[in-house]
Amino acid sequence: MELKEKILSSYVAFENGIDINSDIHEIRTEALENFEKLGFPTKKLEAWKYTSLNSVFKNDYSIFPDKEVTVDLADVKKYFIHDIDTYKVVFIDGKYSSFLSETTHDAIDVCLMSAALTKSKYSPVVENYFNKIAKQDNLTSLNTAFANEGAYIHIPRNVEVEKPIQIINFTTGSEAATMVQPRNLIVVEENAHVQIIERNQSLTDNAVLSNIVTEVFAAKNSTVDIYKIQNDNINASLVDNSYIEQKTNSVVSVHTFSFGGNITRNNLNFYQRGEHMDSILKGITIIEGKQHVDHHTLVHHIEPNCESHQDYKGIFNDRSTGVFNGKVIVNKEAQKTNAYQQNNNVLISDKATINAKPQLEIFADDVKCSHGCTIGQLDDDALFYMQQRGIPKKEGKALLMFAFANTVLESVKIPEVKSRITKIIANKLGVDIGFDL
Amino acid sequence: MSKYTEDDLELELKTKEYEYGFYTDIESDKFANGLNEDVVRAISKKKNEPGWMTEWRLEAYRVWEQMEEPDWANVNYEKPNFQEIAYYSAPKKKPKLNSLDEVDPELLDTFKRLGISLDEQKKLANVAVDIVMDSVSVATTFKKTLGEKGIIFMPISEAIQEHPELVRKYLGTVVPTTDNFYAALNSAVFSDGSFCYIPKGVRCPMELSTYFRINEGGTGQFERTLVVADKGSYVSYLEGCTAPSRDENQLHAAVVELIAMDDAEIKYSTVQNWYPGDKNGKGGVFNFVTKRGLCETNAKISWTQVETGSAVTWKYPSCVLKGNNSIGEFYSIAVTNNFQQADTGTKMIHLGKNTKSTIISKGISAGNSQNSYRGLVQINSRAENARNFSQCDSLLMGNACGAHTFPYIEVKNKSAQIEHEATTSKIGEEQLFYCNQRGIDTEKAIALIVNGFSKEVLNKLPMEFAVEAQKLLEISLEGSVG
Repeated sequence: MELKEKILSSYVAFENGIDINSDIHEIRTEALENFEKLGFPTKKLEAWKYTSLNSVFKNDYSIFPDKEVTVDLADVKKYFIHDIDTYKVVFIDGKYSSFLSETTHDAIDVCLMSAALTKSKYSPVVENYFNKIAKQDNLTSLNTAFANEGAYIHIPRNVEVEKPIQIINFTTGSEAATMVQPRNLIVVEENAHVQIIERNQSLTDNAVLSNIVTEVFAAKNSTVDIYKIQNDNINASLVDNSYIEQKTNSVVSVHTFSFGGNITRNNLNFYQRGEHMDSILKGITIIEGKQHVDHHTLVHHIEPNCESHQDYKGIFNDRSTGVFNGKVIVNKEAQKTNAYQQNNNVLISDKATINAKPQLEIFADDVKCSHGCTIGQLDDDALFYMQQRGIPKKEGKALLMFAFANTVLESVKIPEVKSRITKIIANKLGVDIGFDL
Repeated sequence: MSKYTEDDLELELKTKEYEYGFYTDIESDKFANGLNEDVVRAISKKKNEPGWMTEWRLEAYRVWEQMEEPDWANVNYEKPNFQEIAYYSAPKKKPKLNSLDEVDPELLDTFKRLGISLDEQKKLANVAVDIVMDSVSVATTFKKTLGEKGIIFMPISEAIQEHPELVRKYLGTVVPTTDNFYAALNSAVFSDGSFCYIPKGVRCPMELSTYFRINEGGTGQFERTLVVADKGSYVSYLEGCTAPSRDENQLHAAVVELIAMDDAEIKYSTVQNWYPGDKNGKGGVFNFVTKRGLCETNAKISWTQVETGSAVTWKYPSCVLKGNNSIGEFYSIAVTNNFQQADTGTKMIHLGKNTKSTIISKGISAGNSQNSYRGLVQINSRAENARNFSQCDSLLMGNACGAHTFPYIEVKNKSAQIEHEATTSKIGEEQLFYCNQRGIDTEKAIALIVNGFSKEVLNKLPMEFAVEAQKLLEISLEGSVG
């Protein structure tokens, strides 16, 4: 494959361009070899059975866009959650934009991966955590091989971060096709609490491929909330690989809102190492046209007395395709596990497709595990009821969809994020519902 | 009919003996191990098959040669070496015993607890019996009744001779020779099986199960079953037996094809209790089965299975709902104990409008076993108003076993309504305590709870087997109290 060759041959130049002496060098080289061996994923792999990236890999991507492009704040302000104060780590075409960012080293570290990888004061953290839970699969290895830039967040013990942190990747489309591979590391120590909002946004209709890897470590008693807003332009594809390790009594929630983009693949992996913790995975997907969204989740219950809750809602119009592949593994030591998985889908069009594969692999006997998966339509009777009462069909439909997605929306803890999502959905459905949900 | 006298019976029994003698003679000419085109030709020749059949087998063989043994199932086993298997041997002659006293007492005990009658026990344990008045006469009456209705029910090798037009028309139409590795292998080398044809509008007057059980012959290693229910007909068919089968063949690769034409209904029940291997997981049968049914307009196919045996099971009875308003059902209980592994489930392919399917799967795992449900529900874009309900429940006993669910749901039509539910649980300590308080010992209490758990499926079995299947569950889980 041409893109693969191009990537492999650019590796030396990449390594020369940065600090070759870094300890990370070995990890990178190994990852590159791994990628060289595995190649790009194909539909022949069970994990990629329902998602083909062939059309995406066909583009001639510029792998290291080196043009310095500046963007005006006024043009991109709408992509921020701007009505509240936040820390911001912003990248333009994979390069840090100090102008748009607001980082800190005051009590907590919210800064750059490139700094963390090179400066010795970060090395204890990097040595302990970098690439420790990321899988050795093809696209993650590819990211690891070129891991250089991204967000680095380190929250020390007992710190409750007072404002959310936004991580935003802009692509300007200065090249016909751009590939970016941000690498994020989020380490949350004992008793700490942090909220993170992630977004990828291309500013033109040029093709973009983002292959992101995020590693999250949630220590004892910590709370981490992550919101992923995926509402990109139609030629932007995204592979979002997240690996989350939890320790005793921690609570980690990840909300994924997928509305835009060409092909979106979310690989969300939770590893529970400890007891009495809760993992929450929720998502709303509303897509149309030829869009494709694939949620691939894994919750691995390793020790006893833990819970996981998954709730994914999808609404599919036109020729769009939705994939849900949820996997729960309960080790035999993990007694008293409660694992719930819910996936509900609504098909609006005859051309839309849903492929669902909710899996349970259970090795312990004293557990409560369930999964439910439904595919259906909006209730015609309910719609008729509303029409009778003067609510137009379009608004009525929108209301039903909001109600359908509400179990996910209501657990969003940042009001501004919730209202932003509500607005995006209303926009998408072409309605103005005039009240907050 | 003229009265069936004891003389007739004696004569019949004598001929039977002769049959045995005959087979013993040819046992020496068992084929050498290995598989190639010549072996396939020789099998076909042995069966005196017409040319088209030989070609059909050869085609299947050529395809099989190109295929690789699948390994996507959630089972681990040492793959059989296909060149070390003898592909044709006359039915093995089991040692004849003189009385029940010579039978393995463990086996007898099982029979007793299954509630199998003494005569039948003898037949199953291969004890020489002087007169099995009941069975034989009943069987003869059955044959006559079936004949009057125009129902064809015979070994498939005979059907190839006597009804080549029917066999040729339908064989391989639901499970093509190229379908999968084991189906191709079976197509190339199947030695025997059953063929059943129910003519238009005929309701088969008896459960073919009953018939089958009495006439239970030596079941082959590569069985091929073809059931064709013509328009508006009905048949209920049961294969297998609750009695433990101590078959020594390691590999079983059967193919079952069902064709339900317009308004027809086929009910196919399976009780599978092959040798599961010993308590340490040594030995045991590999059961790799391809079963599929085709439903035309308004037709209905219902699969019911109770799987308790085999070391490795790989089985997905499926329904292709081609006609409008057709219905597919799948009811399954899979029990695994010790080191058994089962990867079983169903495929419901909705093609026609207003098609419905129901899947109820109950998995019970104990000991060190692994039990997987793997199912596919596919709604194609033209299948308006398709409806599916799936429920997979797993019960775990002890923490050395595993229960897995791999449901695949693929929907391409917006009017579809799909529900899928799965739960995993164990027998509650409170439930056991409640029973203990009332004087029911733990073993019995577990049996009680397991029966309750699998009731929905047991109810779908033909009556006479439901009772035995229930006891079979008890026996299979014996000693698994955690």
